[in-house]
Amino acid sequence: MDDNRKGRPDKAGYVVKFQRALYAICALLLAADLVIVRHGHIGAEEWFGFHAWYGFAACVALVLIAQGLRMILGRKEDYYD
Amino acid sequence: MIDPFPPALILMMGSLLIPLLRGRLQSAYMLLLPVAGLAYLIGLTPGEYWKIGIFDYSITMVRIDRLSLVFGYIFHIAALLSVVYALHVKDNAQHVAGLFYAGSAIGALFAGDLITLFVFWELTAVSSVFLIWSRRTNRAYAAGMRYLIVQVCSGMILLAGILIHLRETGSIAFSDFGLNGLGTTLVFVAFGIKCAFPLLHNWLSDAYPEATVTGTVFLSAFTTKLAVYALARGFPGTEILIPIGAAMTVFPMFYAVIENDLRRVLAHSLNIQLGFMVVGIGIGTQMALNGTAAHAVTHVIYKALLFMSMGAVLYRTGTAKASELGGLYRSMPQTTAFCIVGAASISAVPFFNGFVSKSFILWAVADGHYVLTWLALLFASAGVLLYTGIRIPYLAFFSEDSGIRCSEAPLNMRVAMGAAAGICILIGIIPKPLYGILPYEVNYEPYTVDHLVTQYQLLLFSALAFVVLKRTGIYPSVLRSVNLDTDWAYRRLVPGIVGVVARVGDSAGGSFIEGGKALVSATVSGCRQYHGPQSILGRTWLTGTAVLVVTIFLAAFMIFCF
Repeated sequence: MDDNRKGRPDKAGYVVKFQRALYAICALLLAADLVIVRHGHIGAEEWFGFHAWYGFAACVALVLIAQGLRMILGRKEDYYD
Repeated sequence: MIDPFPPALILMMGSLLIPLLRGRLQSAYMLLLPVAGLAYLIGLTPGEYWKIGIFDYSITMVRIDRLSLVFGYIFHIAALLSVVYALHVKDNAQHVAGLFYAGSAIGALFAGDLITLFVFWELTAVSSVFLIWSRRTNRAYAAGMRYLIVQVCSGMILLAGILIHLRETGSIAFSDFGLNGLGTTLVFVAFGIKCAFPLLHNWLSDAYPEATVTGTVFLSAFTTKLAVYALARGFPGTEILIPIGAAMTVFPMFYAVIENDLRRVLAHSLNIQLGFMVVGIGIGTQMALNGTAAHAVTHVIYKALLFMSMGAVLYRTGTAKASELGGLYRSMPQTTAFCIVGAASISAVPFFNGFVSKSFILWAVADGHYVLTWLALLFASAGVLLYTGIRIPYLAFFSEDSGIRCSEAPLNMRVAMGAAAGICILIGIIPKPLYGILPYEVNYEPYTVDHLVTQYQLLLFSALAFVVLKRTGIYPSVLRSVNLDTDWAYRRLVPGIVGVVARVGDSAGGSFIEGGKALVSATVSGCRQYHGPQSILGRTWLTGTAVLVVTIFLAAFMIFCF
């Protein structure tokens, strides 16, 4: 079974609205970085939008590496049986 | 003054009486045990009790201080939640095993010396395996056996370490000894096995998902947090723990993203959360140790909640595999809501309990300027949304409708989940009571504008990454598969080598035996040829012939000799 379909199939409009809201909030959060003064211990924390792009990049990297790993380590469900 | 009754024995001895009771009385009794234990613990004065001299050694069976108390409180609360969650189960073995296991873990927490620690350490291993075997399937039996072997090995290494440490120092006190010499190194490894260090970890993701629906909830709370406590007690500030912990937060993530069994996903994510605590212990400052203790507390609650919600799904649908689930929010709306609270808590969404503890550790890491570790932990803090925060609720309750229609979880399960969810939110909003029981004074405020914005940035951009990856089809689809882990070494590699050796040995042994047989039969037939009936040496000669031969010999003898 494939789970690549988005959200609740019976509420497709809901998914679109949800995504738009997410984009809007993300844009607002990034904009907030222009206003707020950082007090981090680590230099990178003061870069513009550091947490935003780091979070995004981390998740993309995580998924890409995991996909590669699956090719090497994935086995059929009954492998150990 | 008489020493107070050891707190662990309330659950341990109390659990043994469970089979004598029936029905509601039994349920009430089981609920009473952790409540009584907690109330008793709150009333105890910190100090050292039950000091017994055996030979030259001083055993301290009970030591109560602020570090052990935090874990003691949360262990009792976890036991209570687990009991509520398991009330519908009609299996005395599981009830006894669960509470006895919780009691032994509490006994280990309050152990003031290494011998007492060892005894309770082994008792947790032996009692907890029944929670796996109670599933009563072949898979569970095999997984339980592997689990037991690993746990008992950890105990044996601990014992060896204790004895060597005793020879080296003459002391069996369980104190802050750090990594000094062979003895403490072995103790460290023993703790590391139970704490699921990288490469020693996979008993956790192997066995926990195979336990019973209710057993996994018990298991998720005690063993690993006991190990965290033991490390915090024996090895605070041991720097090697920082990279170990960082590795623990990163590597299991890749497995969690592609794993099909949702309870196994949770086991991987448990391992990751332990990594945060281990980093805190490695840094070893008061702030970091506070962070570790706080994270242990919040983690026990939200992890139990997540395991409970997936347990409810398993209980109602008979499966926890993502490939067979989806769309369950229609049938199990309350469980869905509880699961989302657990997912938000583990993801450290502000105003949920994970936020007030995880950020504590990250703060301590940044404070110590461990930049790489900080980046690793931040990586895990973002990734958690993908492997648990979104993935678990999405695959079980939303995603494509599997067509499964079932009833909502039983009432007792919902009560347990509701209570756990309530605690998650309560601690998230009002962290002061949690901070009040930590080992050291807390000088930290999680709710600053700066921190809220950065945390929301991290989480929502991770969610954005999820949406983008999903829309582009890159996000891993659900496959019916298993992923090889280090247990492959002893489930396939070693049996494989043994098999080859056995086959080679078998055929070599076979040819040796065949060769031997051939040699024997050749000898036998050779003997037969010369000595058998009618053979030249064996047949009966006529007396006349014999006399003739003797005469010839005699004649020859006389000719040559005279």
